[in-house]
Amino acid sequence: MTVFGAISDFFNLADPLIRNVVLGTVLLAISSAMVGCFTFLRKRALVGDAVSHAVLPGICLAFMFQGTKDPFVLMIGAFVTGWLSLWLIDVITSKTKLHEDTVIGLILSVFFGIGTLLLSFIQQMDSLPDKTGLNHFLFGSAVAISNQDLYAFGGIAVLLIISVLILYKGFLVLSFDEAYTRTIGFPVKLLKLTLTTLTVLAVVVGIQAVGVVLMAAMLITPAATTRFWTPRLPLMILFSAILGALSGFFGAYGSYITNSPTGPWMVMVLSMAAVLSFLFAPKKGIISNLIRQRKYRAQIVEENILKAIYQLGEQHSKFYEEYTVDHLLDRRPMQPLKLTSGLSRLKKQGYLTNQSGQWTFSEQGKLRGQRLVKLHRLWELYLTTYLRIAPDHVHDDADTIEHIITPELEQRLEKLLEYPETDPHESVIPYKSNPNN
Amino acid sequence: MAIPCAILGCFLVLRKMVMVGDAISHAVLPGIVLAYMVTKEFDSMYMLIGAALIGMFTTFLIEFFHRAGGLQQDAAIGVTFTWMFAIGVILVSVFTSGTDLDQDCVLYGEILNIPFNRWITESGMDLGPISVWFLGILNIIVIMGVFVAYKELFITTFDPAFSLAIGISGVIWHYILMGSVSFVTVASFESVGAILVIAFLVAPAASAYLLTYQLKKMIFYAVGFGVLSVGIGYYFSYLFNCSTSGAIVTVNGIIFGVVLLTSKQGLFKRNQAEVISTP
Repeated sequence: MTVFGAISDFFNLADPLIRNVVLGTVLLAISSAMVGCFTFLRKRALVGDAVSHAVLPGICLAFMFQGTKDPFVLMIGAFVTGWLSLWLIDVITSKTKLHEDTVIGLILSVFFGIGTLLLSFIQQMDSLPDKTGLNHFLFGSAVAISNQDLYAFGGIAVLLIISVLILYKGFLVLSFDEAYTRTIGFPVKLLKLTLTTLTVLAVVVGIQAVGVVLMAAMLITPAATTRFWTPRLPLMILFSAILGALSGFFGAYGSYITNSPTGPWMVMVLSMAAVLSFLFAPKKGIISNLIRQRKYRAQIVEENILKAIYQLGEQHSKFYEEYTVDHLLDRRPMQPLKLTSGLSRLKKQGYLTNQSGQWTFSEQGKLRGQRLVKLHRLWELYLTTYLRIAPDHVHDDADTIEHIITPELEQRLEKLLEYPETDPHESVIPYKSNPNN
Repeated sequence: MAIPCAILGCFLVLRKMVMVGDAISHAVLPGIVLAYMVTKEFDSMYMLIGAALIGMFTTFLIEFFHRAGGLQQDAAIGVTFTWMFAIGVILVSVFTSGTDLDQDCVLYGEILNIPFNRWITESGMDLGPISVWFLGILNIIVIMGVFVAYKELFITTFDPAFSLAIGISGVIWHYILMGSVSFVTVASFESVGAILVIAFLVAPAASAYLLTYQLKKMIFYAVGFGVLSVGIGYYFSYLFNCSTSGAIVTVNGIIFGVVLLTSKQGLFKRNQAEVISTP
């Protein structure tokens, strides 16, 4: 089969096998992404990981006793041990000095160990027919989803989605403010229990498609990704669900083309989306953070230059003098490279003019320098009068805050200090209206 | 093998970084596969290097997402290790099909394979299984390392601020510890598999932590529990012919359960423990 043939076969969705796979993975991904939003917000992301490992002994036990691979029987077994593991984690964490992550790691690995032990017993039992399929639970193989499975998983997935929608309000307050939830009369214990149950259900269902290890990603990654795009929970859930659906679709596609397990491909799709969002998301992304910091640093350099020139002007009461770079460095030591780049930026913005290496204020530049000096001195005065800090301790603080005082704050400072004339160091505070300045 | 795991596990438990260890144990997979793809041979040395590098890289990524990205730590761990593991599984299933490096051996490992891989020198001298030598050496390195660096590890674990103040960098020790965790993980990879390594790391340390307040005692207890569980577990698996690593981990779990129920700091004697712990 050619690649193109495979692609068109895939997108036709004509083959019932492919249709099952795609539908199944998409449903699973959506439901776990939605439930995942809440576990993520409750900072219990890794609990999903623990549950997904802990279902293994349950699956094995169910198989050993019932001898069938009926998905319902296996899922009941998985559900029981998954639930048990969560309960144990809660109890041990709250009752002993062990930290939560230790307990999660412990429960996870011990349950999984028991699971492998049981699995090795199963391999030896000749009485049990057809034991090959159990491995699908470890790595996930959506190709193994039969019609019967699809109904089972689909039913549970729909149930999950509906219950999240119905109980949305309760989960919302629970995720953000547990004490408040109790105060307004929501049944906190019941809500927690439901959420736990939903989490376990999502894991149990999803494991068939993505496998034990990667199940955690289906819960966490969509939520972590969308958190970078929106602070609003409804949008977050919606985006997570969409992201989950996409990952299910492309995951099934990737596994179909390369004939490998579905899970890793779904997780790859999700992880790529996540990493790209971490880096490039507007506002919260790492890159935009860096850009913002850079801008802010540049602004501080510029404002320090303006202040230095203004203060030099003050000394001679002439504000439109010409200064060389060395003059400025004398007044305020800084890295020469930063100074020159700052100067050229200021020239571009129209605050300074430059004639053969001599820098001069423009009208605008003088006003801005004056305002900064005023803010600096106002703040120093505020610190000494209201916080009773010694005058020789206030300079550094004022040097930092002068860059971020807003015009509103400026007005309130002036009013509070009753338009003072001098700062604690007896320097005159320059107001715009004062003709002497 | 249980010994270095138990020792390192103590520090992980105390630093509340168990799940980072879990993440590393999963994330070394692509490192091993890549090393295999580059060298085309099952040389533990290359795999070890590949895995250690990826392990460090994972630690770095987690820190990076956590600090620079402002992502909560558990989510950062979850996202990173699943990503690495997915890469690993894809590499395994797509590029190395038809070799012995398959998914099952990655997850389970089999201790019983050890004796077959014997180290025979060119002159034909049989020096015994390679893995045993290898683990033995690793054992000595870890024990020596912890012995030599005990003070530094101790301080950075319990009081990072103080250690910084007296000039011991927490970051460097963090990465050294994490590096050795990935070493141990890979070394035990062949024998117990990626997931159960965590049990080897955590369970003895957690049990020991419930029994004592002193780090030195805790390490000794942990090593004791580790060795004990390996002994019983191995015997058990020999008796019933079942998965060795599974049996060992199960015994580990049972030990923890017993400690949990009987220790003064366990489940039922909580009040007494509080009295003791308040200075």
